Amino acid sequence: MTVTSLDSAGARGAAPEPASPLDGIDAMIAERLLAAALGSGGEYADLYFEYRSGADFVMEEGRIRTVGRGVTLGLGVRVLRGDATGYAYTEELSDERMLEAARTAAQIASSGGTPAPVAIRPVRLPDFYPVPRSSLATPGADKVALLRRADAAARAFDARIVRVEASLAEEWREVLVVTSDGHLARDRQPMIRFGVSAVAEEGGQRQGGRSGGAGRFGLEVFDRPDQSPEAHGREAARLAVGMLHAVEAPAGPMEVVLGPGESGILLHEAVGHGLEADFNRKKTSNYTDQIGQRVASELCTIVDDGTVANARGSINVDDEGNPGQRNVLIDNGILVGYMQDKISSRHFGTTPSGNGRRQSFRHEPLPRMTNTFMASGQDAPEDIVRSVKRGVYAKRFSGGQVNISNGDFVFALTESYLIEDGKLTAPLKGVNLIGNGPDVLRKVTMLGHDFALSEGTWTCGKDGQLVPVGIGTPTMKIAEITVGGTKAR
Amino acid sequence: MSEPATGARGSARRLPDPKECQRLAEQMLAFAKKTGADGAEALVRDGTELEVKVRLGETELVKEAGSRALGLRVLRAHRAAVTYTSDFTPAAMERFARESVELAALAEPDETADLPRGDEMAREVPDLDLWDESVLGLDVAEGIRRARVAEQAARKLDARVTNSDGAIFGRSVAASAFATSAGFSGSSRGTHVSLSVEPICDDAGGKKRNGSYWTGARFAEALIDPEIVGVEAARRTIAKLGTRKIPTGEAPVVFSPDAGRGLLGQLAGVMSGGAVWRRSTYLAEREGTPVASPLVEIIDDPLVRRGPGSRPYDGEGLASRPNVLVSGGVLRTFLCDVYAARKLKRRSTGSAARGIGGGPHVSISNLILRPGQTPAAALEKLDRGLYVTELMGFGFNAVTGDYSQGAAGFWIEGGARAYPVGEITISSSFDELWQGIDALGDDLDTRSSVQCPSFRVSRMMIAGS
Repeated sequence: MTVTSLDSAGARGAAPEPASPLDGIDAMIAERLLAAALGSGGEYADLYFEYRSGADFVMEEGRIRTVGRGVTLGLGVRVLRGDATGYAYTEELSDERMLEAARTAAQIASSGGTPAPVAIRPVRLPDFYPVPRSSLATPGADKVALLRRADAAARAFDARIVRVEASLAEEWREVLVVTSDGHLARDRQPMIRFGVSAVAEEGGQRQGGRSGGAGRFGLEVFDRPDQSPEAHGREAARLAVGMLHAVEAPAGPMEVVLGPGESGILLHEAVGHGLEADFNRKKTSNYTDQIGQRVASELCTIVDDGTVANARGSINVDDEGNPGQRNVLIDNGILVGYMQDKISSRHFGTTPSGNGRRQSFRHEPLPRMTNTFMASGQDAPEDIVRSVKRGVYAKRFSGGQVNISNGDFVFALTESYLIEDGKLTAPLKGVNLIGNGPDVLRKVTMLGHDFALSEGTWTCGKDGQLVPVGIGTPTMKIAEITVGGTKAR
Repeated sequence: MSEPATGARGSARRLPDPKECQRLAEQMLAFAKKTGADGAEALVRDGTELEVKVRLGETELVKEAGSRALGLRVLRAHRAAVTYTSDFTPAAMERFARESVELAALAEPDETADLPRGDEMAREVPDLDLWDESVLGLDVAEGIRRARVAEQAARKLDARVTNSDGAIFGRSVAASAFATSAGFSGSSRGTHVSLSVEPICDDAGGKKRNGSYWTGARFAEALIDPEIVGVEAARRTIAKLGTRKIPTGEAPVVFSPDAGRGLLGQLAGVMSGGAVWRRSTYLAEREGTPVASPLVEIIDDPLVRRGPGSRPYDGEGLASRPNVLVSGGVLRTFLCDVYAARKLKRRSTGSAARGIGGGPHVSISNLILRPGQTPAAALEKLDRGLYVTELMGFGFNAVTGDYSQGAAGFWIEGGARAYPVGEITISSSFDELWQGIDALGDDLDTRSSVQCPSFRVSRMMIAGS
C-alpha cells in the first residue's frame, strides 16, 4: 500500500465530446445486463460504465514537446456470491460484448434461480465539485500559456536553475453505476493536475525540486495566488536551489515536527490503510478487532472525508453507487470505524461508507481512502517548533508505504530541516522516516491549530489499483520516530 | 459457497492475433498519412487477462476479460502529438487520425523528435520463444486448483500460520504490433503465468507478520510447483516471528535477490539517456568512469529466449540488442531511445519502449546483474551484519544519488542469522553503495525482468533504536 506524489499514471488524453456516450445507456439495457449477470445464481450484481476523456501538455526546454489526448469507454460487471466476486469488463459497448461480460462475471456462481426484477431508481447526489465547464473545452493555446508562465517563473527565480519541465493534465470522467438492488447513480468527475520540476546546479552540485497541484477544478483554479503557474514554478525552483546546500541527515530516533498539509501522508500510511475494512474483515490488519479501543494519543481525531469542496480525493458518489461521506475513523484517540465497501459492510452488518472505489472499469471496487486528515489541535505552530531542543522539521514529502499486517510504515522527506534549540537550521538531504502506526500515533504530543489540506497530486496504490486521494494535517509533534539519515549522532 | 463453474460460458473470446493487430496498425498509419501527417507510428495491443484469488480455501475473485487498444504518435512539420483509442471502426479510426494530426499543431517544432532514419530500422523480427500454447489450457478451474494447493501447503506447514491473505493465480495472453512510416512493421505475441501466496502469522504484541513467495514464467513448464511455492511462502513468514528493531549504527549489508532487484532497477533509471540530457541523474558526467565495484557487470538484454522482459524490436521499430551498461565497475553506456541519442549526439541503443497512452521513452528489457562465484550462503559469513529481504518506500534521489529506504530482514551474528529485524532504515549514497559491493552470490533469480543474485555491501548506515 503506497502513496506517491509522482503521478505518472494519468490517462493520456482526450477531446471534449459534445454529448456523453453514457447518455445512450438506459434502464432497459441495464436491467437486461443485470439479469444476465445474476443468471447463474449470483446474489448481487452491479454495472459500472465509465467514460474518460483527457489531455496533457508537457513543456520541456521552454517549448511544448508533445501534446497528448485520449478517450476510454468501457463497462465493468461485478457479481457477488457470499464474499466471492466475479468480474469482467469490455471496451466495446455492443449488446453482444456487454452480455458476454455479464455472463463471464456470472461464472462465480453456478446454481440458483432467477432473481426477481427490481425497479431501478436514480440516487440523488450532492455536488462537491461544481465545475461550470470542462477545461477540455478551452482552447489548447490557453493551457500552453499557463505552462509558459510557470516555466518563466522558475527560470527567473534563480540563475542556478538549469532545467525546467512543466506539465498540465486534464481529465473529464463520467461514471454510471447501476446495481441489482435498484440504485442508479451518475457522476461527472473533473480533475486538473499541474506540475513543475526544476533542476539547479552550482559548482558540481545538482539538485531537483518539484511542485504540483491537483483537484476537481476547472481552469479557474490557476487564478488563485497559491495555485498560479508562477507559484508552482517558483516553489519548484526554491526547492531545487534550497537543497543545493543540504547536509547529511541524522540517523536514529528523534523528536520530529511535521508541518501542516502534506505531512498528512503519515496518517494515510500509519492508520489509513490499516482501517480499510477489507483488511479487518480478513483480520490481516494490525487494527483488527480494535473498534472502541485507544489506538492513538487523545489529541488525535482522524477523518476520511469525501465531501471536501473540489479536493482531489472527493467523490459525489463512490464507484459502487454510494454517496461520498465524511467518516470519523479515530475520535480523540479511540478507534470508531472502518472505511467500508459493499462486501465488507455486508460482513460487518453495517452500511457502506462511500469508500468503495476503483481505478477504472477494468477493476473491482475495494475499500479506499478519499481525503484523509487529522483535525486541528490547540497549539501555536511556533510553540511546537520552539519546544524541540534537537530534532527534525519535515515539510515536504514524495511518498510513503505501509505494511498493514505489522503496521510499519515509511515516508520520504524531500524538504526538511534540523531543529536546534527551537529553531530551524540546516536543510537536510532527502531522508526516510520509519515508524509503526499505533506506536507513532500514541507519541503525538502536540497538535497545531493550523490545519491545512494538501493540494498536491497524491495518488494511492493498493492491489495494483491507483486512485486520487487527498491528505491533510495541522502541525504535529511526534515525541520519537526513527530518522533514516546517514550521519551518526 | 458453491463451486464456480469452469469458464465454459465465458470462453467464446477470440485469441489475441498479432497479424490482426498489425493490419490495424498499418491501417492507422495509412489514415494518418492521408489526413496530413508527415510521419506516424502506431502500436496496437490485444490481450486477455485471467486472475483468480483463493483465500482460506474459498474462491474470492475470478476476473476474466480481454482488451484491445491503439496508441498513435503523429508528426507534422516536426510537431508531435500522442493519442490513443480503442474504437476500431474504420470511420472512427480515420476521424481519430485527423484529430491527432490537428492536435500536433499545438506542439512546437522539435526536429529531435522526428522519426528514426530508415537505415536505423529493424530488418527482421526474431522469434524469442515467448509464446507457450499450453498456457491457453490453464483455465479458471485449473487456476483455482493451483491457488488452493499452494495456499493449503502454506497453511498446513506449521500451526503458527494462523491466517492468509490468499493465493493469486494470474495468466496473460497478449499480442502486439508496431508499424511506423520510418520503415518498419512487425508483430509478436507472448504468454505469462504466475502464482503467489501470502500467509500470515500472529506475533507478540498483537502484530501480524506477512510474507510471500511467487513463481512466474512465460512457459507453464518453468513454473515452480504450487505446493513448493506455498511451503516457501510459509517458511519465509514464520521466519519473521519475533521481529525486533536493532540499534542505530554501521554494518555490512547483504541484499537478497528480492531486495536487490529494486536497487538494480533504480540504478538502470539513472543510466537512462533521457535522465542524462534532462540533467536529472547523478551519473550524467560519469560515462567511462567507475560507478560500481570492479566485480559488477550489468547488461540489458532484450533477446533472452523466454525472458520475462524480452522484446524482438524496440518501441520505435529499431532492432533489439544487448547492451553492456557496466563492466569491471565502469559505466560503459547510457541506454538511449532515438530522442535521447540525438540529444547526446550518438546512436540509439535500441532501448525505446512505449505504451498505448504515451510516446517512446527509454526502458530496460531484461536487466541482469551478473552473478558471482560466491555461494549465496557464504555472503552471510560475517561477525555481524544485516541481511535485507525487503525494502520499503521511495527513498532514492536520482539527481543526487542520495539513498535511504525502510528495510526488514535478519541480523547476522557469528556467521549466522540470529533474529529477524524490522522498522529500520538503511542509507548511503548510490555511489558508495554500488562501489562498496565486496561479494556477489551465485544465485541469480531469473523470475522477473530485473534479475540479480544476492550481493553484499561492505558498509551502510542503519537507523533503528
